[in-house]
Amino acid sequence: MNIHEYQAKSLFREAGVAVQEGVHCTTVEQALAAYDSLGSRTVAVKSQIHAGGRGKGNLYCPDLGDLVMEGGVKVASSREDVEEYASNILGHKLVTKQTGPSGKLVSNLYVEAGCAISHEYYLALLIDREKASILIMVSTEGGVDIEEVAETSPEAIHKAWVDPLDGLQDEQKSTLANSLGLSGPAHASFVEMIGSLASLFVDRDCSMIEINPLVRTEDGTMVALDAKISFDDNASFRHPWRTDLHDLSEESDIEIRAHEHGLSYVDLEGNIGCLVNGAGLAMATMDVIKLYGGEPANFLDIGGGADRESITAAFGIILEDPRLDGILVNVFGGIIRCDMVARSIIEASNEIGLNVPLVVRFSGTNHSEGKQILDDCDLDVVTVSTLSEAGAAIVKLIGGASQ
Amino acid sequence: MSIWIHENSKVLVQGITGSQGTFHAIRMIEYGTDIVGGVTPGKGGQSVDLPGRSVPVYDTMSEAISETGAEASVIYVPARFAASAITEAADAFHELNGGGLVICISEGIPTLDMVRVVAHIDQRPGVRLIGPNCPGIISPGEGGGCKVGIMPGYIHAKGRIGIISRSGTLTYEAVAQTMGVGEGQTTCIGIGGDPVTGTGFIDCLAAFEQDSETEAVVMIGEIGGTAEEDAALWAADNFSKPLIGFVAGATAPPGKRMGHAGAIISGGKGTAEEKFAAFEAAGIHIARDPSKIGEVLLGVLVEAGLRES
Repeated sequence: MNIHEYQAKSLFREAGVAVQEGVHCTTVEQALAAYDSLGSRTVAVKSQIHAGGRGKGNLYCPDLGDLVMEGGVKVASSREDVEEYASNILGHKLVTKQTGPSGKLVSNLYVEAGCAISHEYYLALLIDREKASILIMVSTEGGVDIEEVAETSPEAIHKAWVDPLDGLQDEQKSTLANSLGLSGPAHASFVEMIGSLASLFVDRDCSMIEINPLVRTEDGTMVALDAKISFDDNASFRHPWRTDLHDLSEESDIEIRAHEHGLSYVDLEGNIGCLVNGAGLAMATMDVIKLYGGEPANFLDIGGGADRESITAAFGIILEDPRLDGILVNVFGGIIRCDMVARSIIEASNEIGLNVPLVVRFSGTNHSEGKQILDDCDLDVVTVSTLSEAGAAIVKLIGGASQ
Repeated sequence: MSIWIHENSKVLVQGITGSQGTFHAIRMIEYGTDIVGGVTPGKGGQSVDLPGRSVPVYDTMSEAISETGAEASVIYVPARFAASAITEAADAFHELNGGGLVICISEGIPTLDMVRVVAHIDQRPGVRLIGPNCPGIISPGEGGGCKVGIMPGYIHAKGRIGIISRSGTLTYEAVAQTMGVGEGQTTCIGIGGDPVTGTGFIDCLAAFEQDSETEAVVMIGEIGGTAEEDAALWAADNFSKPLIGFVAGATAPPGKRMGHAGAIISGGKGTAEEKFAAFEAAGIHIARDPSKIGEVLLGVLVEAGLRES
């Protein structure tokens, strides 16, 4: 789960990590009131969406027609600036390199007091899977694309790992501060901040905290000018407060619906709908479709604990997708029985209507019963028994390879 | 032979009185696994009726191991209790037997719980954790075998191929394809799709290298992280048997989590393309088409002179 910058900064404030004063706004009037109340001549007017690259993104009319403004993060030096930027951001679509070409509608804004910057740094905490611990990465090259830094000057990135049992040691904090060339009050400020961030990461069960840029102000304080937090969804059960931070408008209706049924769904660009049990097999099924010349329209894993109701819901979601030219169901029965899946397919099809070619591949538990049920029903279903037959059949049925 | 488990392994079920625990205890015993008891805190002294036997339930892992002589344990407890179940099993095996095998099937364990658990287990050499969020481990035998997990047992048969995979049903797919070309398995291990897990590819490869009956290994990876790249580098220098590799997720877009908590391409890293390239550089035979894993395996076995064409 991701949250907005303004929400992340509020968690930073609580954890004792220095941030500038700022106000979350949803209207131009609120933005102007925020400017008046902040008492800072210069403020940043920042689009709030769950994607990076906002500063370098562009704002378009909601139909993606006219370009409204370049840059989704603006520095305003007057009330007039604030009014102009806020009106250009709110209600418009921000397209960044992380949003994809369709962009994201901006309905939240953050107006933040400016500060006198001496230098910009980069800081991130994330899970290092291979070392099975929290990795802290810092760099003197802040405010820029960190992946580019990693590519061109990896020596500019310094790392430390938090011991899972003993925590982050004072010596490590100091070494990280030294690696950024900090001294005096900035050194002390960094040491305090990194300790707070490491605690925040653990206390809130984060999967990532990224601050880019982290700045040293002219008076030697380290301030988080940006803030990005992702949470580990597996830990949500012990953090009920997360519900209030969850911005459902950032997810598609289908994704929300899928989630309610315990399904894992990701929208893709193609025209062949997929329903599969298991994440790995779902990805492999998409790969097969592509190898046979088709394009998958989605990733859909019905999960290991799927029942008749959730599978019916899953197939319903696919049937209602207007982009589809065909559907491929690939189920390797283990705990999930293929006959149950067959009945769900029929139930959903009878309710919603099946108007595109359907290929079903069953293997594993009760596969022959499942095939029999589908062969005996009134629906137009092609049943196959292997993955390669499945890929070949669906691509052929929709009229051959797309390229 | 097989790795880590064998036909006579004595296995405990943690969470045996829960619906998942009972369901799978029955399936495992039907397959031939020697289930010797179970653990559910607060239910010690009870027993659970399984096909052909009634097994005792204990309050703690220490009691269960002391009483039954178990050498492995499989965990089916809800995610929020799973980390402490793993730790309890690790401590008990370490103290009583100097080691043991812990297999965690539970899905949805918080990553930071696993970070602490893995560090805890690292301090208890001899204890091996498989999973979490995995189908488990199976070694088919003559007329039965040892199945510790949730995989459908009947799709397997005793043979000479080792299988390692990060995902569940895709492991079954690989098994079905090896069976399709007439090959059975020594041991199949699902190592789990979470960001932080116990046993990794390299541990499995090292064990298969030592196992005289395993002639070749199929390794199924997926996008995210660098476990496949690390394994490829290791295998280039340390693995002498034919190795066949596939990576799921070549069509997955960056930044989208594909079901598994670990399956995500982030920061341009962890793509299927990079992993396939690492496999090729290490001399691993790749199957780019997941429907051709069996075919590639057979071709490699023939090429190595292990089978006749």
